[in-house]
Amino acid sequence: MKARVTVTLKDGVLDPQGQAIEKALQNLGFSGVGAVRQGRYFEVDLNGADPASAQSRVEEMCEKLLANTVIENYAVEIEN
Amino acid sequence: MKAAVIVFPGTYREQDMMRALKKGGANEVSAVWHAETELPGGTDLVVLPGGFSYGDYLRSGAIAARAPVMASVADHAKKGGLALGVCNGFQMLCEAGLLPGTLMRNAGLTFICKEVHLRVEATNSAFTNGYRHHQVVRFPVAHHDGNYFADPATLDRLEGEDRVAFRYCAPDGTVDPKSPTANPNGSQRAIAGILSENRNILGLMPHPENLVEELLGGTDGLPLFESLGLAA
Repeated sequence: MKARVTVTLKDGVLDPQGQAIEKALQNLGFSGVGAVRQGRYFEVDLNGADPASAQSRVEEMCEKLLANTVIENYAVEIEN
Repeated sequence: MKAAVIVFPGTYREQDMMRALKKGGANEVSAVWHAETELPGGTDLVVLPGGFSYGDYLRSGAIAARAPVMASVADHAKKGGLALGVCNGFQMLCEAGLLPGTLMRNAGLTFICKEVHLRVEATNSAFTNGYRHHQVVRFPVAHHDGNYFADPATLDRLEGEDRVAFRYCAPDGTVDPKSPTANPNGSQRAIAGILSENRNILGLMPHPENLVEELLGGTDGLPLFESLGLAA
């Protein structure tokens, strides 16, 4: 089983890296680009077959390490 | 004063720190490897020095904050023991939840390596009682992730409890959070260092340990180590 974890900055947290990417996209001529926010993505291979317990285990991993919940949100997706 | 300086893979400021602690009057200073599970008996002060622990993987200080030795560090601090985190050490203290907030990428996105001016805000602590209120000091900084962030309620609380130890400022002491020269990394409210609720933990981004001798350009950092030397 595999968990896909996406960590993103919370609303209201300034993201200067996202802003720099946004400017670079505009410089490349991409029109209609609004705000860009940079995040992180993890794939975690898991033993076991119960998606519900995998979900709660990975959420605990996010709380303890993968995300800094002062500034970041996380989303967990379990794939069988 | 018996001090323990914790060394992680990627730490490289521990020698400067140990030298500054000795110069400040600490009579016993030891280096402790991160894989230890206990601090040396009778440790009065734990120091998390600067460097790039674990290559800043995941987030600066994030992996180090979960190292085996950190449970003892937290235990020491929660019992009221003194703990100092400088630069990467400040990032670790925040990641470990021993200090509030976090250090984000510098607002200008560049690594900043230069001397900055700081205004001493809180003198009521074992770390800062050798300074005068609003004294302007000059410390070096060398970091990529020094942009202090916390939610407004936390910032208000830090200020209300006199827990902002140092702020970045202009050479004349003026604090201007919006100025890229007076607040070089864009920290919220120009915060450079904060104290814990019980005032026994200090985290700061600039390096007081690198200005403790005239030969190396000044002694503005020395009062911090001298007051620690007298603390226990």
